[in-house]
Amino acid sequence: MSTTGTPAAGSTSPDFTIDPGSMRHLAQAQVNVELDTGDMILNLGPQHPATHGTLRLVVRLDGERVISADPIIGYMHRGYEKITEFRTYPQVTTLINRIDWLSSFANEVPFVSAAEKLMDIEAPPRAQYIRTILTELSRIATFLLFLGEMGLQVGALTPAFYGFRDREHILNLIESATGGRFHPNFNRIGGLKDDLPWGWLAEARSAMQVVFDACDTFENLVLGNEIFAARCKGIGIIPAKLGVAYGVSGSNLRASGVDWDLRRDGDPYLVYPELDFKVWTHPDGDSFSRYFVRLQETRESARMVLQCLDAIPAGPVMTKVPLIIKVPAGEVWVENENPLGQMGYYVVSKGGTGPFRVKIRSASFSNISILPWLLQGVYVPDVVTILAGLYFILGDIDR
Amino acid sequence: MSWPNAGGGRRSPLPDETTTPTETPGVEEVAVVPVSANAQEILNLINSELGAGVIEAIPLFSDVVVRVRPEAWRQAAEVARDKLACDYITFVSGIDWMPAPKEEGAEADGDTSTPAQPTEMTPGAAGAAGRFQVFAHVQSTTRHWGITFKADLDENDPHIESWVSVYPGADWHERECAEMFGFKFDGHPNLRLLYLPAAFEGHPLRKDFPLLARVVKPWPGIVNVEGMPESDSPEPDSPAAATTENPGA
Repeated sequence: MSTTGTPAAGSTSPDFTIDPGSMRHLAQAQVNVELDTGDMILNLGPQHPATHGTLRLVVRLDGERVISADPIIGYMHRGYEKITEFRTYPQVTTLINRIDWLSSFANEVPFVSAAEKLMDIEAPPRAQYIRTILTELSRIATFLLFLGEMGLQVGALTPAFYGFRDREHILNLIESATGGRFHPNFNRIGGLKDDLPWGWLAEARSAMQVVFDACDTFENLVLGNEIFAARCKGIGIIPAKLGVAYGVSGSNLRASGVDWDLRRDGDPYLVYPELDFKVWTHPDGDSFSRYFVRLQETRESARMVLQCLDAIPAGPVMTKVPLIIKVPAGEVWVENENPLGQMGYYVVSKGGTGPFRVKIRSASFSNISILPWLLQGVYVPDVVTILAGLYFILGDIDR
Repeated sequence: MSWPNAGGGRRSPLPDETTTPTETPGVEEVAVVPVSANAQEILNLINSELGAGVIEAIPLFSDVVVRVRPEAWRQAAEVARDKLACDYITFVSGIDWMPAPKEEGAEADGDTSTPAQPTEMTPGAAGAAGRFQVFAHVQSTTRHWGITFKADLDENDPHIESWVSVYPGADWHERECAEMFGFKFDGHPNLRLLYLPAAFEGHPLRKDFPLLARVVKPWPGIVNVEGMPESDSPEPDSPAAATTENPGA
């Protein structure tokens, strides 16, 4: 298979046009031109189902093989960094709910804790525990969708139904605690809006059993499936060093063997220093290992939730804060381990009721910036597997 | 149970710290905070490796903020990667320190939707020479520390060397920064627009770029919202203030 991009180059050479004796060569060149498959530009998206939104991939193909891929993003750019400068701190949490809409609660936590750091206040212990529980529930909800949908991308319809079905238990929990299935907007600077409702802890405990069962199901149904392994093993390998240099984070990086989890290694936040959990890694760095790591992390999250449910203290969920929240001048960088990877806010305050500048560092943006490198030389069906395995949310890319 | 790590931040002393950090937010007070062992090691390494390239280096919460000369911007990245084990790029972005020009009639008609903007330009942590700064954050996946680098840019011709050759992940971040702030990154292989459409004019994250949605259509809540009690805020200890959330939330 030829990879030249200019199929007509041979036929226009003067050698073939003057000398009649070289007519045979001319014919030969013509045959080569016809056999050359040439390049084809294929647009994946903006509405491809594997893209979780409106990502467009311009892929140059030679036959079935990708020569180069260029992600076109920005179809959903909402300019949150600009809008935050025109909103008060409590209003900003509503916006950042919409960045990664599958795990909205986890988005709120780093921003709220950035404001709390600058104000030098702390949420009460009970609020910290509830924040941890809800963050981990967001992680479980996000990953259950991934575990089901990854099967869908390689042609298995059944796991998707299981994923959606079991995620519903988690979303019901989040809804009954916060009032919103996807956009809780439950964090306040200094604590939480409300305490948990009656009977919630017992319900959460039984829902965790559903999660464990779901993980077993996915392990048998998907991870142990020969076809799934054939489609995912050795596909889309991210070398550890390159992944780190590109800023790939979260489960994607741990699937490349980098043992780095901000819940354990970062600045101590929420109640993670109190919890006993394992940071899972996988040495391979391919789509299969990304599935493996997320499956194990779902179990770890459920274990963490159970530990929190056992240890949650009584007490208030809101500390004393002034009616009008003014954040003292200063700047702070706060990062958390979100379901999709490292999420952080660099907040600059000038002492007003709203931030002066907020740099939103979202995980998916850096995670897919490796795509042009990663997609080179892969086959078209594998593009879909790689996109699904990287697992990004478009709101998290475009912000 | 014990509660050694209450709070989202590093309020409580770390195992390697003997003194209790009394972190007070604010640019001026930061310098008196006892420096953690990690931050001290970073500061020593930065000062010895970059030498005259460093203008100011201070610890900020658990991080370190280093303001370097623009000429040393790319060298700073190399030092961070090779000498400080910062193999991970978090982000590259910019700041416009100029306060947004006050719009006509803003907040005068009870429009509380937009918080009061500062009126004079004040530099942030580690200082600033002019209006524009580029800032970037790098991290170590092995040593678990992070550094924020800042560099001043010329206001009329903001340009600085690209980090792409040091961190390939800086590519998209610099493209975003370039279109949002109008900075040029010398040596960037492909500095085209990332988010914005091709015909877009202006640089949205500059402070003099207005929030167009508010210009086109005034804030709808203006008709039915009471003025916020800006001047007579209640005592912070009163029970009402303790649990009442901001009505603007």
